[in-house]
Amino acid sequence: MSEAAVAVTPEAVGAGARALPSGLVRAVPMLLVAEREARVWGHLWKTSLLTGVLMPVLFLGAMGVGLGGLVDENQGTVAGVEYLAFVTPGILAATALQAAAGESLWPVMAGIKWVKTFHAAAATSLSPGQVFGGYATWVTVRMLINAGLFVAVAALIGGVTSPWGVLAIPAAALGGLAFAAPLTAYSAGRDSDQSFSIIMRVAVVPMFLFSGTFFPVDQLPDWLEPLARVTPLWHAVELCRGATTGSLSLAGAVGHSAFLLAVVAAGCWWGVATFRAKLAP
Amino acid sequence: MVMSARPDAPDVPVEPSPAAPAGAAAMASDDARPLISARGLTKRFGEYVAVDGVDVDVQRGEVFGFLGPNGAGKTTTMRMIACVSPVTGGDLSVLGMDPRRDGPAIRARLGVVPQEDNLDTELTVWDNLLIYGRYFGLPVSVIRERAAELLRFARLDDRRDSRVDPLSGGMKRRLTIARALINRPDLLLLDEPTTGLDPQARHLLWERLYRLKRDGVTLVITTHYMDEAEQLCDRLVIMDEGRIVAEGSPRQLIDRHSTREVVELRFAVPEQQDAAVPRLDGLGARIEPVADRVLIYTDSGDDTVAALSERGLHPESVLVRRSSLEDVFLLLTGRSLDE
Repeated sequence: MSEAAVAVTPEAVGAGARALPSGLVRAVPMLLVAEREARVWGHLWKTSLLTGVLMPVLFLGAMGVGLGGLVDENQGTVAGVEYLAFVTPGILAATALQAAAGESLWPVMAGIKWVKTFHAAAATSLSPGQVFGGYATWVTVRMLINAGLFVAVAALIGGVTSPWGVLAIPAAALGGLAFAAPLTAYSAGRDSDQSFSIIMRVAVVPMFLFSGTFFPVDQLPDWLEPLARVTPLWHAVELCRGATTGSLSLAGAVGHSAFLLAVVAAGCWWGVATFRAKLAP
Repeated sequence: MVMSARPDAPDVPVEPSPAAPAGAAAMASDDARPLISARGLTKRFGEYVAVDGVDVDVQRGEVFGFLGPNGAGKTTTMRMIACVSPVTGGDLSVLGMDPRRDGPAIRARLGVVPQEDNLDTELTVWDNLLIYGRYFGLPVSVIRERAAELLRFARLDDRRDSRVDPLSGGMKRRLTIARALINRPDLLLLDEPTTGLDPQARHLLWERLYRLKRDGVTLVITTHYMDEAEQLCDRLVIMDEGRIVAEGSPRQLIDRHSTREVVELRFAVPEQQDAAVPRLDGLGARIEPVADRVLIYTDSGDDTVAALSERGLHPESVLVRRSSLEDVFLLLTGRSLDE
């Protein structure tokens, strides 16, 4: 063995490599907030990916392949496609929603109130709006990573039947952001986390199950169907499903995207206002 | 001279200057201009007036203090200077710029040590400095060099890979100060820097702040500890209920508003104190009965003590001491600082 072992400290390897290019951060300073989140994520990415990708893949195995076999035997197809192809985009969009909720409740309260990391950032040349924007950017990046890996696995199993399926990745992230942006704004404005577990139970879980994820919304009772159609998740599921099955019309793509973008815009406006009120009162 | 208004291009001196972690970039032509200048500075939260027409000038290189009890408006004033709280009235200029317009450019050149530590508990000591430097847009290579130097300054170089949580209160505060210096600020703002620290940690922190002062860093401190203000500040204002009630160096304030010495009398029971107070007339320039003792403001403590026994007064204890800023506050407001 060579005595002159390579003495490279982990920090020397990691720190420089993970810094964003200076030209980019000069143009978009809020990315520095995303860089902080990325650095924290860098320490726990294994567990993060495990929950973020393994869980939906397990769902896909159980629901898409297992239950799907049963459905297809008895029913033929669901909404014109095999059940696996039907449920894959549903699980994709629904897990993005779940990840969005996870990032937009307690971590936001920690940044604003418990640990005050957002206050620390807003004392630098960054503004409260940039702190919000940077955080939302990071949440989007994480959803893109998770969605990308999930789509790759699903494609191998046969859940993605069209090359357009690659567009389901940004579609899922857009749907997640349509939930994360307003929810981050909401969380930032709260004085305690009392309502957070209620939100998980009465908003996230029902949406996860009933927004056309596992079965078409026309199976819902008539009075519930319109409600499902105004949730961001239903639009995200429709977008993702249109992409992975290759069945999306241009009008559908524009309509669902416009709805989600409008929710994102409103959420960002609310978020910037709330961060400003909390970080620079 | 024209100041850079670009928030993302902080002034980065290339050469390492271990003796002067901050403030070294001072331009000679700027020296005459105050770093902070406030006229009629006001902050309202709805009906409540937290800061009520404050006039202040802070010069380069001085240690300036806001002394006052909790709720006096010190922190709110500090937050307006730090450009994290919009001014609602009056004029404020920081580093020659207007916080209403140039917030990011001003903040790029400030170091802020908030009252409550807001260190990143998900990161190590080292990464806290790294991330904070990145928030200012500094390149990693520059941060690495400064962080090593700042950890030595904060006496935390053996804890660089530690998480933040297990650090003691004093260590956390020193790390927060080190973090605030990562951008080599022109101005370091410290809000109640030693509140909640034990005496030993407090003295170490003071010693570190002295060193910054010696290196020519401009410090602005809020405190409700009169000993802290006396020890550290070249000049200070005393605040009460959103207003400034006095301004000057600690010595000037004491000379102007108090007597040279104070005789403190303690009595065994309150009834004795109540009975004694009318008999103290004429023993000093001013007699102030407070909760558990009577203060006699006098130019000669010994003469006053002698006069006490001539009048046949024998309190349980008699203490002669020099006047302090605490006395100035009491004489100006009729209340003590910790009330």
